[in-house]
Amino acid sequence: MGQLLEQVVNGLQLGFVYALIAVGYTMVYGIIKLINFAHGDVIMVGAFVTFFGLVRGIPWPVAILIGMIVCAVLGVVIERLAYRPLREKGAPRIAALITAIGVSLFLENFASLRIAFGPDFRQFPAMVTRAQWNIFGVTISSIQVLIVSITILLVLILQVVVYRTKIGKAMRAVSMDMDAARLMGINVNMVIAFTFAIGSALAAAAGALWAAAYPQIWPYMGIMPGLKAFTAAVLGGIGSIPGALLGAVLMGQAEVLTAAYLTTDFKDAVAFAMLILVLLIRPAGLLGKAGPEKV
Amino acid sequence: MILQVEDLYVAYGNIEALHGVSLEVNEGEIVTLIGANGAGKSTTLRAISGLNRPRSGAIRFQGADITRAPAHKIVAMGIGHVPEGRRVFPDMSVRENLELGAYIASPARFHQNLAEVFERFPRLKERENQRASTLSGGEQQMLALGRAMMLQPKLLLLDEPSMGLAPRLVQEIFEIVAELNRRGTTILLVEQNAAMALSIAHRAYVLETGRVVLSGPAAELRSHPAVREAYLGGAAHAD
Repeated sequence: MGQLLEQVVNGLQLGFVYALIAVGYTMVYGIIKLINFAHGDVIMVGAFVTFFGLVRGIPWPVAILIGMIVCAVLGVVIERLAYRPLREKGAPRIAALITAIGVSLFLENFASLRIAFGPDFRQFPAMVTRAQWNIFGVTISSIQVLIVSITILLVLILQVVVYRTKIGKAMRAVSMDMDAARLMGINVNMVIAFTFAIGSALAAAAGALWAAAYPQIWPYMGIMPGLKAFTAAVLGGIGSIPGALLGAVLMGQAEVLTAAYLTTDFKDAVAFAMLILVLLIRPAGLLGKAGPEKV
Repeated sequence: MILQVEDLYVAYGNIEALHGVSLEVNEGEIVTLIGANGAGKSTTLRAISGLNRPRSGAIRFQGADITRAPAHKIVAMGIGHVPEGRRVFPDMSVRENLELGAYIASPARFHQNLAEVFERFPRLKERENQRASTLSGGEQQMLALGRAMMLQPKLLLLDEPSMGLAPRLVQEIFEIVAELNRRGTTILLVEQNAAMALSIAHRAYVLETGRVVLSGPAAELRSHPAVREAYLGGAAHAD
């Protein structure tokens, strides 16, 4: 029992990092119906920027914050240069999707250049003192506490922004009906840029937390967590923020429990099998809205 | 003249929807655009409010060129648009929909405007916290109208306000439109229900396949043989 609980805690740690990433996928999809494949690589940039802050002796909360700000700007720049021109020309959605893959490859390869981050693995410095506590027979590490508390804090802030602010109301309006939102006088391009900024900032935090848990960073580190978080967003119902959070937590559990009780080799397979199964039964995802896909 | 549309061409991809539409709306008027499905009525309104970008031609509002202005700036200049199919925000409450209507309005006037909308549409007040998707068609139309009124537009574009409504409700909506006009809002009304539209409008334009084929005072068009034949159910129904 103690061991199972411990695995559940491990699963939460993983699921919470996925959650921060999945929210970005789902918000962008909710607004412009684009799977932003470059989102995973923003995680990597966030991890590297945080890394450079930490090795210069900047306190970790500030280092993460700088990473989030840099990535928020990066997200806005990607949207402005790569996606908005396509949207304004009325390009088909497949063109935007291919562009997203292109942006992803660009970020990975540019980051690998010596003038950028370089191609090597780097050791991510410890942000908090390594410690473990035994609570009712369950071992909990300081890193787990860090990940879970930062994620909860950020999700609460996101909740306030989306449901309690004017710009949040505009975001929800744009995601429900873009033309109607325009007719309210909402500057849709500004709202889209803001959405990319928020999603990218959360991805940057996820990158730093991911690196805290698995302290090796390199330019291709964002691919797998990005893919998993995207899967989690689809599992929960893409376009839905609560869905992304639920999907991410389930995904983390599935992965960790499979690794613990079956075999590590199967952990990815089980995670993706779960996705296929859910989509067969509920094509819109767990909390997604059923209904015809708008093209 | 509050609105002037000159030789407007609009295309969706390679399919041209408007082939040189020109029309004018004077301050204080109700002008209606009538015509069959696909004649280009909605496209004309969408081009005026900036949702569709014209290929060529010009649109002037109070003398200012708005032909290629973004939709959110056009709204801010005082053109409200109640789109076809109402397009209320389904997962938001009635109140939130009205708040979005006032998104760019000065907060100082919010409560006064809200009170006016609730006074005109008591049903919306009753359902203030209900989700818009749970409203009936008539109530959604009232919400769409109320939402546009939150900005007190100088010119209101109305796209098929009677669509899908019971005759009693159609009557009610048209009375509200006439009342809005009496209180100073200029109205450009698109309708399939030509009889109803011509009964409250001052002037009318008849659109056919993307062109204006006929225009004049509403009373004259009502007795025009071609209009009666095509849009008013034929001469047999004439009174």
